[in-house]
Amino acid sequence: MPSSLPIVSQTRLEVLVGDYQREVARRRRQSLLVLAILAVLIVLAARFGEVNLRNLVDNISNFTSYFSRIIPKLSVAHFGADVSDWYWNLTGWLKLLLDTVLIAYLGTLIGAGGAFVMSFLAAANLAPSNALRWIIKRVFEFCRTVPDLVFALMFVSAFGLGPFAGILSISIHTFGTLGKLFTEAVENIDMKPVEGVRSTGSRFVEIARFGVLPQVMATFASYTLLRFEINVRSGSVVGMVGAGGIGQDLFVAIRKFYYTDVSAILLMIIVCVAVIDLITEQIRHRLSGLERTR
Amino acid sequence: MSVLRIMRPENATALLDRHRGLFNRSPMQRTTALAVPAGMAGVAIFAVWWLALSFSQIWSGLSSLVKFIALMFPPSTGGHLDLLLKAMGETLAIAFLGTLVATVLAFPVSFFAASNTSPHPIIRFFVRRVLDTIRSVDALIWALVFVGVVGLGPFAGILAIAVSDTGALGKLFSEAIESTDERGRESVLASGGTSFLAVRFGLLPQVLPIIAGQILYFFESNVRSATIIGIVGAGGIGLQLSEQIRTYDFDQVAFAVIMILITVAIIDYISGKLRFAIIGRRVETQT
Repeated sequence: MPSSLPIVSQTRLEVLVGDYQREVARRRRQSLLVLAILAVLIVLAARFGEVNLRNLVDNISNFTSYFSRIIPKLSVAHFGADVSDWYWNLTGWLKLLLDTVLIAYLGTLIGAGGAFVMSFLAAANLAPSNALRWIIKRVFEFCRTVPDLVFALMFVSAFGLGPFAGILSISIHTFGTLGKLFTEAVENIDMKPVEGVRSTGSRFVEIARFGVLPQVMATFASYTLLRFEINVRSGSVVGMVGAGGIGQDLFVAIRKFYYTDVSAILLMIIVCVAVIDLITEQIRHRLSGLERTR
Repeated sequence: MSVLRIMRPENATALLDRHRGLFNRSPMQRTTALAVPAGMAGVAIFAVWWLALSFSQIWSGLSSLVKFIALMFPPSTGGHLDLLLKAMGETLAIAFLGTLVATVLAFPVSFFAASNTSPHPIIRFFVRRVLDTIRSVDALIWALVFVGVVGLGPFAGILAIAVSDTGALGKLFSEAIESTDERGRESVLASGGTSFLAVRFGLLPQVLPIIAGQILYFFESNVRSATIIGIVGAGGIGLQLSEQIRTYDFDQVAFAVIMILITVAIIDYISGKLRFAIIGRRVETQT
């Protein structure tokens, strides 16, 4: 019905257009203000950060030539020999890579175990004591804000070089991050089962076991798997300060300019992380499916 | 009050019979319920054996750790507060510029990686793999590489964060683009707009609040990572921190850590407010 299309009168139209233009102008002023603040911050940060674009332009050839140098020379004619030359230390690196994965595994396990217990005490809807809850939340914050490398450096000084420092620093960081996520998961549960269990006269542990755990288990497992994958990555980094695993070899290779070793080790780490990523993603999908059917 | 019934024993068994499935789990479920923890414990035991963890080493380490912690009190600046403040400023500058450059690089790239805006699936696949590869190399390794390119100092840190975050932000941005409502773009195209205008007016308003939230989140996390890349010489407070740990000046370590904690708390607070302002306002105008 074309007649139902309303026709706006000229005066009304002018009012509308005027309003629209004022609104646009206001937005424009706002964006300009934001841009100006950003510009000031950029200049300040560039000062502090000793930004030197000429230096970058002058030396960018180092960057590109770095990549051309770390790429191994592989020829089709003797491909097998070239690859075995590139991966001359394959068994040694594989062992170190397994070290890294196991360090990440133990670190995740310990950190997640601690976070699991503490999250019930730190969740607002369950916490038996507010003071305890406050303290645990601050501990979580401390553990995840202090970089894991700082912990690793300290533990290397205390426990000596080796995997134990890596496990400990990863587990502390995992404790902090998972503690926060677990607590949030517990805070988001449906309280009806908790009330049901509580009404039967159960204690805290039984409430947590039968009222809360069935609701959060899948989420917890999913977060833990995600963290495991992240920890494999950071496990290769804490190795750089001597906390065990493949990081040490990578660090030495980069520092001493063993170019093809760098690419060999990096490729191994990338493939390993990708494989773990794929596996944990499969499990997580299955877990989230479980949660949906519940 | 008579509604409350007392359950008779035969009713209880009838109730149990009706919900057998809830109480009797299948053998399959029982085995997995046992096998998963057993498998995890098995891997843990293997790990302890493989890594040759010894308890004597742990005990001696713990005692020196207690000594370190005792040395931390009271925290002290060691007489160079100005150096520490400058290093903290460097750290913030690294995080800020690193995030900014990463955003500027990742934003255009993400359109090629998103399935609904990518010109061709092959381009999309290629861009995604590149982003994945960049992402799977840690910022610390990028820092080592850039220290070799531009020399020691915070500039290397900025470049390291910028590159490694381009991978992560590119992926997140492209996912935000993919989750947009197509109708916005379609309506712009239907009214005769070019595909560029469709993206500008039909897609950008939907993704900008999400992207802004992610950028703020990355800035927060970059302040944390910028504190450590100094360990390899890429500027910021990490350099001081690692030196102090190596020289056992634990009172200064404690001071630097407290500085980091306070700075991170302030940044988190500000960016939380900003995020709320951005997302709150946009949501308001949408409805």
